[in-house]
Amino acid sequence: MTIQNYRRALWGLIVLLLGLAGLSLFVGRYPSPIWMPPQTLLHDPLAQRLVLNLRLPRILAAMLLGMSLAASGTVLQMIFRNPLVEPGFLGVSHGAAFGAALSIVALGASGLVTQAAAALFGCLGLVLSYALARHIRYGGWTLRLVLAGIAISALFSAGVGVLKYVADPLTQLPELVFWMLGALWGVTWQETLSILPVTTAALVALLLMRWRLNLLALDDATAFSLGTATARERTVLLVAAVAATAAIVSVSGVVGWVGLIVPQLARSLLGADGQRALPGAVLIGGAFALVCDTVARTALSSEIPLGILTSLIGALGFSTLMVMPQQLAPWGLKD
Amino acid sequence: MHPMIALSEIRFSYNGREHTVFENLSLEIPAGSITAILGPNGAGKSTLLHLILGILTPASGSILLGQRPRQHYARRELGQMIGLVAQDEAIPFNFTVLEYVLLGRAPYLPLLRMPRPEDSRIAYRALTTVGMEAMSGRPIQTLSGGERQLVMIARALAQQPRVLLLDEPTSHLDLSNKGRVLQLVRRLADDGVTVAFTTHEPNLTAVADYLVLMRRGQTLAAGPMDVVFTSGNLSQTYDVPVTVAQVDGRRVVLT
Repeated sequence: MTIQNYRRALWGLIVLLLGLAGLSLFVGRYPSPIWMPPQTLLHDPLAQRLVLNLRLPRILAAMLLGMSLAASGTVLQMIFRNPLVEPGFLGVSHGAAFGAALSIVALGASGLVTQAAAALFGCLGLVLSYALARHIRYGGWTLRLVLAGIAISALFSAGVGVLKYVADPLTQLPELVFWMLGALWGVTWQETLSILPVTTAALVALLLMRWRLNLLALDDATAFSLGTATARERTVLLVAAVAATAAIVSVSGVVGWVGLIVPQLARSLLGADGQRALPGAVLIGGAFALVCDTVARTALSSEIPLGILTSLIGALGFSTLMVMPQQLAPWGLKD
Repeated sequence: MHPMIALSEIRFSYNGREHTVFENLSLEIPAGSITAILGPNGAGKSTLLHLILGILTPASGSILLGQRPRQHYARRELGQMIGLVAQDEAIPFNFTVLEYVLLGRAPYLPLLRMPRPEDSRIAYRALTTVGMEAMSGRPIQTLSGGERQLVMIARALAQQPRVLLLDEPTSHLDLSNKGRVLQLVRRLADDGVTVAFTTHEPNLTAVADYLVLMRRGQTLAAGPMDVVFTSGNLSQTYDVPVTVAQVDGRRVVLT
């Protein structure tokens, strides 16, 4: 793709994202299913409150979710040199899920306490994965981190299973299950604003280092020979990616596939160079999550958990990309 | 002529392993020439290149680069001075050839700086040097082994290095591609770049000016090609009888 075509594609994605965000303000189930005529806003105070206090913070949260997970996915795939890595794999998602479940079952908490517990345990998941990886006695650093992440995720997953088992089936279990499936239902300005600084700072840091990602995707010896401080730069990127993921998961619960499928899509559309793929993934991720969340709150009279939709659309999209001809998906699986 | 690289009394073993790779290794790589480092598998050739670059640190001994201790160089400064072409570099993402070669400009770019048009020009020039400019837009995973090796050398040339280290540069190449790479190495040395390459194939060293023979972490012999490339030295290096014969004015190994 030439630089002119890339710029055109990027501007196209920016316009698409902003257009979708504008449209999404008028999509919902009030005053009638699917569409609210814009002029309703002029004379209906309830519609004004609905758009400003419910839809707008939720649209922003959905965009932040998609952008953060897609950016984290792209970055982690590149620094771990593995296109199948996703943002939650270092114990972050399952740790956050366990933290939220624990606060719901043990403390009977909701809202900010659940969010704080999720963020705390998400970070704990990373710390434990990192500590375990340091003590694994074989394999390179990447393999050790991946193995440790799998083990810690399974541990937290077992913990969530126990909590589900002991949760009150009438009061706690529905909230817990809903949280595990991931959703932006009931997201307020307070929640959106609480994650805005961390996610914005992380996104800016990741975008500023987007070209360096290419260096970190090379062999360690080659990256070193190019003057790269591989360990330090990887740590900075890892911390930023995990911080963004933990912040988002603390509000939305576990939303899968965005961080896996969107980076693949961005690379196949715009090229593998992090300089192009990362901004593309951020915009595509924002648009993808926004569309999924708008469908989640509009399609049925009751809310569809966002995680179900991203998994459904993501799995279908992923399967399609995998069977596409090589020319259309050159990064794809080979013989 | 003073050496570009001088290793003196190097002792090195990998972390936690009792087996010592180098006990008391000393060798010199003269400036502006080609030095071949020849030895059987496991002789410590790749480890030697990683020690020169600073990827590995010796337990004791000194490494001088251009008469300055290696540890006095900042990492980016080393990146501007030495280019490395690793033995078998896995590139998991499908960069275009030019995007990949452009990574060679990293030592010249501060942490948050993107490559400038000038960097693209230098990368393109490096591609021209290896004769691969027509492939600048091709995805790297579609290249053949030989083309890929040339592109990796171009990436190292984009660093505009004074020293080029090549680790088994022709191990995966067929005869014609081997010839292309060796011709290129000769041309670079003639332009003043100090080239050192490792190999376990004695006949590949014909292109070199100097030869270092290594076996089990020791330097068995080092010096000008015509002095060191002898049946006796090579037999000792490989532990098998080796005959060096003259064929069409070139010395080749017969086993």
